Amino acid sequence: MNGKWEVVIGLEVHTQLATNSKIFSGASTAYGAAPNTQACLVDLGYPGVLPVLNAEVVRMAVKFGLAVNAKVASRSIFARKNYFYPDLPKGYQISQYELPIVGHGELFILDDNGNEKRIGITRAHLEEDAGKSVHEGFGEHSGIDLNRAGTPLLEIVSEPDMRSAREAVAYMRKIHTIVRYLEVSDGNMQEGSFRCDANVSVRPRGQKELGTRAELKNLNSFRFVEKAINFEIDRQIALIEDGGEVVQETRLYDSDKDETRPMRSKEEANDYRYFPDPDLLPVEIDDSFIEAVRKTLPELPDAKQQRFTNQYGLKTADAEILTASRAVSDYFEQVAEATTAGPQVAANWVIGDLSALLNKEGIEIKSSKIGAGALAGLLDRIADTTISGKIAKDVFESMWTGEGSADEIIAAKGLTQITDTSALESVVDAVIAANPEQVAEFRAGKGKLLGFFVGQVMKETGGKANPGQVNRIIKQKLG
Amino acid sequence: MPLTKLEVQHVAMLARLQLEDRDVDDVVAKLSRIVEFVDQLQAVATDNVLPMAHPLNMSQRLRADDVTEPNQRDFVQQNAPSTKEGYYLVPKVLE
Repeated sequence: MNGKWEVVIGLEVHTQLATNSKIFSGASTAYGAAPNTQACLVDLGYPGVLPVLNAEVVRMAVKFGLAVNAKVASRSIFARKNYFYPDLPKGYQISQYELPIVGHGELFILDDNGNEKRIGITRAHLEEDAGKSVHEGFGEHSGIDLNRAGTPLLEIVSEPDMRSAREAVAYMRKIHTIVRYLEVSDGNMQEGSFRCDANVSVRPRGQKELGTRAELKNLNSFRFVEKAINFEIDRQIALIEDGGEVVQETRLYDSDKDETRPMRSKEEANDYRYFPDPDLLPVEIDDSFIEAVRKTLPELPDAKQQRFTNQYGLKTADAEILTASRAVSDYFEQVAEATTAGPQVAANWVIGDLSALLNKEGIEIKSSKIGAGALAGLLDRIADTTISGKIAKDVFESMWTGEGSADEIIAAKGLTQITDTSALESVVDAVIAANPEQVAEFRAGKGKLLGFFVGQVMKETGGKANPGQVNRIIKQKLG
Repeated sequence: MPLTKLEVQHVAMLARLQLEDRDVDDVVAKLSRIVEFVDQLQAVATDNVLPMAHPLNMSQRLRADDVTEPNQRDFVQQNAPSTKEGYYLVPKVLE
């Protein structure tokens, strides 16, 4: 990055609230329905209908507000944001403007130097989503599906506190983690439940006032956020250094070309003529409601990470990975509480072998084919030296394919570790007798050959010997 | 304060109203009179008055998060000039 320039980024994260019905109507929000089968008269803006606010949407917005230490507005109002677009049936979007439901808040990320950094949240407001335009398959027409119209969104607006694309991604990930912990959104980016716009500007380092910003629209993956912002930073710096000027505009990120370009439809300056929606009354929230919601707050990721390092003695990096998802952290805790193998062993298995298999098969930990109790049972057998860590990996795979519990598989396949010293000694004797050359070299000082002998014994025992014990016996015999 | 020609044309464009050149002066004059009429309200002292968001002194009623609306696509699409495979068809809009 160019040291002369300072980058300033603010994000607007749109998160779809995980309700059953829409924000102002009783139509379903289920994803993937046939086009226009979940768009009712309210969503379509038919004359004579009235929007009625979904109570669950209010509860979820308040829950988010409390989680980011924000002031929840005792009174908030809905406003009409007026513009024309084919996927906006009413000609306006119901949103919030002057009095949003959630006011100033904050969260913490790690900055580029690994230090904790506060990112201010300006506000979070409720609004309805628009429909979807499909451009393929309709000749010179576009097809409009209004199922998404009226889906509840919480738009979370940050302060311009981020100074690199990486920080922007860290902030977005934090919001993503929080909304999933709170269970106010599924955060599914493929389905558009979680997306963001980025306001990006650059200024000479040391300058107080902000440079002119460009708004990058509809970034729907963490990778695209980073790439789009980095492209935009380079574009703006090159433009200014060539004597040009950044114009305030809305730009669309094209992931195929990895570039941003101006959006034609947004060329006319944003002039949405907001005014209070006369169809909706002010939303009033009293303290007892806020306190009732506060009682439903789960332990949040930062607090849980701290607890995992204190209570279980986990490495910070491991605690961070385990707490990025509530389901993963719950699973880990169940294993750690149930096994005698210790929390770090539990953490290693959840982060390592289990995550690898889940990723490979593309399934969530909630649907893991090995439950937390079953994994704990396996780790117990390592802890009491019934099996080696190496054999445990084979047992783990057998458990995954449904061959039974760890104990059942160990019994059925006869995998119990040979710990009987006299039995191991006779195997070691046989290996020594069969490899006189290596024995001579080892005795002459080639210590590296110890591994060779251990390997031979492990091979002879089908991996069932305890490598540490084998080591000791060989050293004794050859020492 | 009288409106400018440019303001009126801008508002017409935002509202997607077709405004013929020969009509602009007339509309500017009429709209300006409306704005001036409403501007009289600026003379009222409102320093200690809370902004009113709605004429009814009530708060918003909330509904339970239940799906109550059935699929009425075939019914409502009878009103659409053109549909295909369940989609509404519109002139191509591409970014």
